[in-house]
Amino acid sequence: MLPLAPVLVPLLTALLTASLPHHPRLRGITSLAGALALLASAVALFLHVHQDGAMSVALGNWPLPYAIEFVADGLGTALVLTAALLGLCVIAHALATAAGTEPAEQARAGLHPLLHALLAAVMAVFLAGDLFNLYVWFELMLIATLGLLVLGAERRHAEAALKYFATSMLGTLLMLAAVGLIYGATGHLNFSALQGAMRDPQVAAALPAPVTLLLLALLLKAGVFPLFLWLPASYHTLPAAALALIGGLLTKVALYVVMRLLGGVFAGMPGLLAEALGWLAVITMISGVLGAAYHWDIRRILAFHIVSQIGYLLLGVALASPAGAAGTAFFLVHNVLVKAQLFLICALIWMAAGHHDLRRIGGLYVARPLLAVLFLIGAFSLVGVPPSSGFWGKLLLVREAFAQDRLVWGGAALGVGLLTLYSMSKIWLEGFWKPHPAARPEGAPAHAALHPAAYAGVLALTVPIVALGLYPEAALRHLELATQTLWLVGGPR
Amino acid sequence: MELMLAITISITVAAGVLLVLSGELFRLVIGLAMLGSTVNLVVFMTARPASLTPPVIAPGVATLPADAVNALPQALVLTAIVIGFALLCFSLVLAAWLARRQRHADVDRLRTTEPAASDAVKPPILED
Repeated sequence: MLPLAPVLVPLLTALLTASLPHHPRLRGITSLAGALALLASAVALFLHVHQDGAMSVALGNWPLPYAIEFVADGLGTALVLTAALLGLCVIAHALATAAGTEPAEQARAGLHPLLHALLAAVMAVFLAGDLFNLYVWFELMLIATLGLLVLGAERRHAEAALKYFATSMLGTLLMLAAVGLIYGATGHLNFSALQGAMRDPQVAAALPAPVTLLLLALLLKAGVFPLFLWLPASYHTLPAAALALIGGLLTKVALYVVMRLLGGVFAGMPGLLAEALGWLAVITMISGVLGAAYHWDIRRILAFHIVSQIGYLLLGVALASPAGAAGTAFFLVHNVLVKAQLFLICALIWMAAGHHDLRRIGGLYVARPLLAVLFLIGAFSLVGVPPSSGFWGKLLLVREAFAQDRLVWGGAALGVGLLTLYSMSKIWLEGFWKPHPAARPEGAPAHAALHPAAYAGVLALTVPIVALGLYPEAALRHLELATQTLWLVGGPR
Repeated sequence: MELMLAITISITVAAGVLLVLSGELFRLVIGLAMLGSTVNLVVFMTARPASLTPPVIAPGVATLPADAVNALPQALVLTAIVIGFALLCFSLVLAAWLARRQRHADVDRLRTTEPAASDAVKPPILED
């Protein structure tokens, strides 16, 4: 039952916190305890799989491949661990800042159950062993996100929720249709059974169309060019804690599934597909970073950077090699943490300086030096300055791109890094360096006080980011081992 | 049977896409619901819908007849219907809420989260 624990614990916590709508204190304690229990179960599962190899649980009292299977392998558990850590930090942040940020008691009552439901769905996707199960958890992810989007109950929240709903629903429907067609072609839903069915050339010949449909659905959910417009339209209306969790995790989850399906279950897809994905990745990177360069609202800058970083991850998938997969996995872990850390810092900037737009804030370097240092760590990691976690992620991907003679792809990745530096230095110069536009002439700061506890979530996220940057070997060795089976069978080159 | 289903699917997909692209809030929501039902039909197609043999093993026989209906896609469709129905209810409430607050149901005029730029170089400031 150990592989199921990271799914069951947050589901139970979601139920418990939902049943305490009138006890904010007790709800907070339950939520934090649930997040701690989730991290504990994720660590236990990770260590178990790291020592004894992959585990699997078959549910439904049927033999495999007909049972509903959950598989905990090295890659899945590494991401479960990352997501559990992120969940704990985000929930700690939500609790520590609850007094200052959220407008209505009602909104706070819904926040924690939905955050835990979202975590449960994400964990289940990392551990799912069959296609239909995967679809159901994507639906739960969509439902929890919609709940978080409408929490604020203002006009902008309803609008964002509608835009998110319409596009995500389309993706979900494509996914369900693809799952049905793949089942029709193979007679299987289980991943290992599908992998076995692929060996029959007649079956394999029928699969490219439905698999491409599935891929389209996943790329829409990952926010790949040109299907990313829902993301910067909706994310910035989310409550701060939800924004960190969703911005950190959701699109990457879809990319993880792409990597697992193309590299493992449906390995041996035509080389044209890798070619197309590679160019899509380059366009995604560039369009995301250009959007970020245009914007002045920190939340929108970071939302566009999500799109840009998805391009890097897709590039790793398009390289279609074990080395590319290892680089993608490392980049995935790094990016989940860094993105969420920057979103939480953005929430603290809002609390201290009173606005999300860079034209309305400033002077944070003098007023909140700790926040400035934490931002620099996150920003350098996102840009990829050595020795940060982002540097290693990008190094692995760019090196593999050059090794495969994909000079344009690798060059684009480097150039986009430069543009990322531009928009990060914009936040630094405008938000931290220049004086606050509302600063009084005698020099008294125009900043609100930040309780030391408000830093808890950001600090807890910064530690693993720094550790990944200074000592990437351990994580890299684990992820290389975990991804070595991807793209072994008949890759495109 | 398959041909009939295929024709039905193509007609409802066309109708659903038309509704989704109409630019009116409630048509969008109903169109998505129609597409959802159509996708359920696609999954249902894999269950050998033309067969009249129930998926029941007769007494004294060891295995299922080869042309029996496949019960699994029906179970999958049932799951998808439940989720789709919940999302349809949510989206109808959302659309009604939004239309009441906006006093119109024109999808193209939903610009609160991304207001049109008034400056030539810089985006507008979001006040929230």
